[in-house]
Order: sequence, then C-alpha cells, then structure tokens
Amino acid sequence: MRILRYILRRLLYVLPVLLGVTILVFFISHAIPGDPAQMIAGPKASRQAVEEIRRSHGLDKPLPIQYLRFVSGLVQGDLGRSIRNHRPVVEDLKDFLPATLELTLAAMILCLGVGIPLGILAAVKRNKLTDHLTRVFSVFGVSTPVFWLGLMLLLLFYRNLGWLPGSGRLDIMVQPPPQFTGMYTLDALLAGQWATFANALWHIILPAFCLSYVYLAIITRIVRSSMIGVLGQDFITTARANGLSEAIIVLKHAFKNSLIPTVTITGLSFGELMGGAILTETIFAWPGMGKYVVDSVNYLDFPGIMGFTLMVSLVYVLVNLTVDVIYAFLNPTIRY
Amino acid sequence: MLDYGKTLLSIRDLSVRFATYQGLARVLEKVCLDIKSGEILGLVGETGCGKSVLARSVLRIIPSPPGKIAAGTISYQGEDLLQISETRMRQVRGNRISMIFQEPMSSLNPVFSVGNQMREVIRLHQQVSKKEATRIALDMLRQVQMPDPAAVLGKFPHELSGGMRQRVMIAMELSCGPDLLLADEPTTALDVTVQGQVLAILRRLAGEKGVSVLFITHDMGVVAQICDRVAVMYAGQMVEVAEVKELFSAPAHPYTRGLISAIPGAEGEKGAEHLYSIPGVVPGLIDPPEGCRYHPRCEKKRAVCTEQTPVMVKLHADHDVACHCCGPSREEGRP
Amino acid sequence: MDAAFTSRHPRLRELLLTLKILSRNPSAVAGALIIGIMAFMGFSADLLAPFDPIRINLSERLNPPGWGHLFGTDEMGRDILSRVMHGARISLRIGFMVVAAAGMTGSFIGAAAGFLGGRIDNLIMRVMDVVLSFPPLVLAMALAAAMGPSLNNAIMAVAFVMVPKFARIVRGEALAVKEMPYIAAARVSGAKNFWIIFNHILPNCMNSVVVLATLTLGETILIAASLSFIGLGAQPPAPEWGAMISVGRKFVMDQWWYATFPGLFILFTVIGFNILGDALRDVLDPRIRR
Repeated sequence: MRILRYILRRLLYVLPVLLGVTILVFFISHAIPGDPAQMIAGPKASRQAVEEIRRSHGLDKPLPIQYLRFVSGLVQGDLGRSIRNHRPVVEDLKDFLPATLELTLAAMILCLGVGIPLGILAAVKRNKLTDHLTRVFSVFGVSTPVFWLGLMLLLLFYRNLGWLPGSGRLDIMVQPPPQFTGMYTLDALLAGQWATFANALWHIILPAFCLSYVYLAIITRIVRSSMIGVLGQDFITTARANGLSEAIIVLKHAFKNSLIPTVTITGLSFGELMGGAILTETIFAWPGMGKYVVDSVNYLDFPGIMGFTLMVSLVYVLVNLTVDVIYAFLNPTIRY
Repeated sequence: MLDYGKTLLSIRDLSVRFATYQGLARVLEKVCLDIKSGEILGLVGETGCGKSVLARSVLRIIPSPPGKIAAGTISYQGEDLLQISETRMRQVRGNRISMIFQEPMSSLNPVFSVGNQMREVIRLHQQVSKKEATRIALDMLRQVQMPDPAAVLGKFPHELSGGMRQRVMIAMELSCGPDLLLADEPTTALDVTVQGQVLAILRRLAGEKGVSVLFITHDMGVVAQICDRVAVMYAGQMVEVAEVKELFSAPAHPYTRGLISAIPGAEGEKGAEHLYSIPGVVPGLIDPPEGCRYHPRCEKKRAVCTEQTPVMVKLHADHDVACHCCGPSREEGRP
Repeated sequence: MDAAFTSRHPRLRELLLTLKILSRNPSAVAGALIIGIMAFMGFSADLLAPFDPIRINLSERLNPPGWGHLFGTDEMGRDILSRVMHGARISLRIGFMVVAAAGMTGSFIGAAAGFLGGRIDNLIMRVMDVVLSFPPLVLAMALAAAMGPSLNNAIMAVAFVMVPKFARIVRGEALAVKEMPYIAAARVSGAKNFWIIFNHILPNCMNSVVVLATLTLGETILIAASLSFIGLGAQPPAPEWGAMISVGRKFVMDQWWYATFPGLFILFTVIGFNILGDALRDVLDPRIRR
C-alpha cells in the first residue's frame, strides 16, 4: 500500500519531466537551427520546396502553436518522416529497437554478472592485490573511449586471432529466427534453433563486451565502495557476534544493504550504456537505433536524430522510474 | 544472588594490540578476570580504557586488522576460546556466549525484519523448523515485555524506538539460552526512563535464566543498581575487582576512589556544587607510562610505581586490587 | 614565501597545505604528470612535432611506424605522431573551455537556486532534471547536430550537457552554507543577495567544484572525441583525436597504427584527469574527509 503510494508519487513527478523533455527536444529541433523548414527539406532543396514544407508543417505559425502540434503528433506516435527514406521515423525506430535492446540487455547482464562479484571481492579484499587490480581495471574502464575499444577488440579478436565475428548479428548465410521479440538470441531459443542461437550469441559477444566495459567499471566501483561502507556498520558486528559465517554476512547481510545505492547508480548510469550503444553499434555494424542515428547524423536527417533522442530519453526516464520502484522494495526505511 | 557460583569464564593475561598510523597501541595489557555463573559483573572505566575490546576479545570479534590478540587465555568449559577453530568459535557466538551493543539504532540490520533476524539466529544454533523458530522468537519478545510481539516480528528496525530495539536485541541474544551475555553499554544511548526499564528487564531475565552478564558501563549509578561484583579498568589494565558494596564502601585503588568521588552526590561530605574530578588525562595507549599506568595521576605515587607493573593480589575474599600502595603487602613494603 | 605572508592569507595557506598533501599521493602525482606531459606536448607541438600535422605528402602514405615516423603515417602521408601531439592541444582546449563554461554557469545557477530557495529553486532544479533525463552523449549529439557540425558547436553542446552536474552539487552546498550564522550576519548588515552569493556561497563550494571539474574534464574529452568520431565535432583535416580515429577506422584492419595511437592518447589523458580527480576528492571533499 505504502509502496503503491510511493510509485504513484514518482509517476506524478515523472510527468512534468517528460513534458520538459518534449519542450527541450522541440526547442532543439525548431528553435536552435537557422531554419527548420530548410532542415526538413534537406540542404539541396529548392526555395519553393522549402516554403512548401514551411506551410505544410505549420512552421510559419508562432512557436507555441507549433509546440502544441508537435506534442499532439507525439501523443499519436508521430515523430515525423525521415529525410533519407521518407518513412515515418517511428517505423524505423521500431525496426531497429530490438537489436539495440538485445545488445544493451546483453551488456547489462555482463555488467551486473561480473561487476557485482568483482566489487564484492574488492571490498572484502580491501587494500590487497585483488582490490588494486580491480581499481586499475575500473579506472581504465571509465577512461576508455568506447569506439576506440571496439576497434581494438576487432583488431585483436577478429583480424589477428580470428576467434570472433567482426560485424552484424548473424553470419550472412544464416537465416534470422522467426520474429517474436526481434532479439535474435531469444527468438532462436524460443524457436529451438540451436545453431542460430549459437551464431547469434557468437556475434553479440564482442559488441556486448565493448559496450559493457565502461558501465562495468562504474558498477564495480559503486559496489565496492558501498560494500566497504556497509561492512563497517554495527549490525555487521552484531551478525558476527551471533555466529553467522563470513559468507552469509557478506553475501546476505552486507550485500542486501549495498544493493540500495548500487541500484540507483545502475539506473543513472544506464545513460552511459545508451550513449555507448551509439558508438558500439557503429563500430560493429550492429543494425540498431544507435547505428541508425549515426547514419542520420551523416545525412543530417533531423527527424531521425530528434526521434531517436526523444525515444532514448523516454527509455532512460522509464528505466529510472523502474529503478526507483525497485529501490522502494529494497529499502524499508524509505519515506513515502 | 550472593552465593557465588563457580567460575564460568576465566580470562588470564590477555593482551591485545591495535596497529594504528601512530604506532602499535597496547589496548589491553595482561588483563585477568573471572566471571562466575549467574552473576552480573560490572566492568567500568573511562571511554577508551579497553572495556569493549575486552568483551569483543572473548568472542574474537575485534576488527583484525588492525586488532590482534597478542597473548593470554580465555578458558570456558575446559576450552581455551583463543585456541579453538573459527568454526567451533561460531558455534559459541550467539549461542553459548552472546553480546548486545551500545547503539540500538545501528545494531540491527535495517533491511531485514525483526522476525527475520531473530529467526536466523535461532535456526543457526538450534535445529528447529521455521514455525518453531517463530514461536521461540515470539516467546522471547514476550519475556522482554514487548507490547504486541506478533506485530513487532514483521516490523523493520527503523519502525521501532530505541528502547524497543534494545529489547529486541536482548530477546534475540537470549533466545538460544546462552551461559554468558556480554552487554556493552546497552543503556547508554537510551533515554533515562527507558534506561530503567531495560535494566530491570535485563536483571530479571538474567536471574530467571541463570545467565551471567558482563555489564560494561561508565555509569557508577547503574553499577550500584544491578551488579553483583564490579571490575575496574584503567588504560588497558585491570586495577580492582570487588563485590559491589565493598567497592563502594571501601575502594582500595586510588583510581577507583577517584571514580567514586566523582559521582555526583556520592556518599557524604562535600557539597553538591563541588564535583570531584581526577586531575590529569588518560594516557595514550601507544606509549603508555611504564609500571602502573595510573601513576602520572596518582596522589600516592612511589618510586616502584613507575618501574613495576603491579599484579592483582587478594585484599580479602572478594576483593582484588592491583596497586603497589594499597595491597595487603603494603606494611611489609614500607621501609 | 615566508610564514608571515601565508599566515595573512589563509586561503593561500590552505592551498599550499593541499598541494603538500597531494604531492605525497602517488596517484595524484601520476595524474598531474600525465596531464602535464599532455599539456606540454600540446602547447609546444609547433616546436616539438617532427612534421607538419596538416600538409599532405602522398609519397609517404600509410607507412607503418618506424624511425622516420614513430607512429606511422596516415592515408595522406601525414605524420601521426605530429598530428597526435597537435591533437593534445585541441582536446585540452575543448576540455578546459567546456568545464570553464559549464562550471561557471552551473555553479552560479546552483548557488542562486540553493540560496534563493522557494519557487525559483524548484523551477531551476526541474529544468536541470530535464537536462539530466537525457544520456549525456545523446543530448550533446542532438544539440551539436542541430547547430551544425563544427568544433565550436560541439563545445557549446557538451558544455550545456555538463551544466546540471555543477548546479546540483553547488546547490547542495549552498543549502548547507545558507544556514550558517555569518550569512544571517551578512544579511542583517544589508548585503545584497548577489553579493552574498559571490562572496560567501561560491567560495565555500570551491572544493567540490574543483573535484567535479577535474573529473568532468576527463568525461568532456571522451564525449567531445565521441562527437568528433561520429562526425559532429572537429572536422578533418583538424588533427583531433576522435576525428582521426573516425577516419582511421577504415584502415584499422591493415594499418593498425592509424586508429591505435590517437586512442591511446585519449585513454591516457582521461586516466590522468580521473586519477587526479579521485585523489583530489580524497583530499578536498569534506564529506569524505570527515
């Protein structure tokens, strides 16, 4: 009940933020550049064509009216049409979303699966060799340019060692599995196509690792520092005095407490993951939204760029909303 | 209560060191202490004199590093607790010997419910079902006079007041029927009225269950209220151990005398406005004074005090003291 | 500097003390050393660089690293070492410009929000929340794309994205400082809000701002390089590291050195700022000092 009230309050708080997000995107696309009509028409369009677009898009109206049109379009799922292929941007994003989702989820699993144990290990072995190595590992993580890391991974594992494929989601000869979620690994599993699953997994390893590294470093750091904080608390001494084993103290009593800050950071850093996806997808020719937006940038396809921006921001806000809800379940001392 | 039982736990020559940035701190120096069955033994001394470290050493839960038990024995039921394996030690902790702490605010894990934490301890040491563990927990909460114990089981620590939390701690630590309870200033952080209630509960339960209690405090008033015997520590050394009435009426060690004179409104003479305080400050433990660590502040200091560490000697049946100037040998000692 | 002088200037004394503590911290020294080397290389690139970073020399295209060209050459025969050295100047300039702009704007906004409180605070912080609901690289990309691909636009875009970071932290401190008795005293003696913000609130936030600025410098260099990589920052033939990697990417399978060296320079510069920032935080941040 209390949690329900908390979630409701968070939802109410999200609404004005989302409104603000639309205003900001509107300003970026309508107010900053010299001429939005020229933008939509493309750099090579004739003056007449530009004027035509200005009228048909209502760009000759005052800004507030334009904004209302923009928002009412959004509500109906209209993000405008791509300049490149003249398709609705929403359709494009829909096509590219599953690949991005698959990649970010894989990276996320990698991050949490490796980052949490590593952070705990570093906290328990504080100031020992393991801890120092973990620190070096995470400093490199937050300092490495993702796109360069991707290139280096390609050079090593694809070009020199030949262990892993260098681009795409499947080998050219392999048929995509029947579309269900759009995530090839999952779809292949659902359809029971083991060979396809193995192939898709094979392809996702390098990009997922590349994408996860920065994020991994952040998670490792926060788990380590919050575990160190928790392990110094009085209730840990109580647990020891009660005869609990060190493993239970660390993995149950301390870890559940350190999850609280970890979960928050996981949500906030999700932005890094989505920013990283743009670069990773470009490097590994991964046909997702990130590659789509970079192609849009190269084409100066503004509806594409803005649609992507809006979409990503929406996902980001929703992820953080979810994180806040999880936080409420984890932290009984939260005030409603 | 005054028929002393036999010795339950015996600490001999316990020395503990802490590595600090400034150097090695000699936090406990050859401390000896016996705890008898069924008694409440007060352990008093100023902050930082090593009371808590002594109690934690019994359970081997001093933070290590930096702490290290350098020497000594702690015998309990024919075993030396300092020699047994960690696995064996875990069976003692919370089961045969348990401990409650000063801070009721932070001694319970904030993310688990009271019932969850109590059941965990009960089931760790007793082979019982979850249901049975809940029954034991409820029963214990009733015994510490917790209002509405069933509801408390489902609550999280932050939903309880300090006094209630400390009762939960007492209930939890007594739930496995220990022989000895180490109570590290369990009432210091509580309001005065609540303090009285918690003390009464502790005293009654200890009597009923025949649990020995090592009651750490720096409040001489509390000592007078609930303890059978008192041990006085100063700067990592044990200076005096006596039956409680004896200690208050005839303190032997100069430090103990100072402590008792420093109690507001203590026995007698001086006016209420005049509060006695012991001159000087507690010495650092990294480079403590040679010999008797109290000598820089002692009014009766003699040459021998600065050279030799005094050993504990029997003054009479229930009164031991470690002092060159007030032991039974003092007559012979005089030139 | 003699003791009498420093005792008359408490802030200077504090600064000297901080520097002394930092000089004993190995990661602070390492970080400062890396940044120092990069800065030295960048600013004396004109003198030190063995070749012209821009001039095309088609007879030396894509030479592997060797004695003539330590880091090899690119597809126009330009010396990669020389380009990377000049790139240090560009990247550091981007970093400092962004952090100076975002730091000053953000600090002022945060101080005003925290100090004035009420509706203004609420409004300002909601606006900051909106900016923070975009992943930094995504928002910077959208802004840079809207303003048109150029280095200066990229700098403005990244600065805009970084403003809320500073605003948030300064607001938090301003809220605390506001309750101090000397602020009430200043008010009673008739000080204007503006004056109080500049003379009391902002100086008190300096430590956390310096820590944040150092860490943000690293992040900024990464984001700016990323923008250049996707074609929105510095434009070729400017020897910007991200832009070099963007072109070098096409040659990565056969001319490994092209993309590798600029990336290593980004990596080390950012590591320098990150470990210096971490060390500064340990020394300066009161919340950790306590």
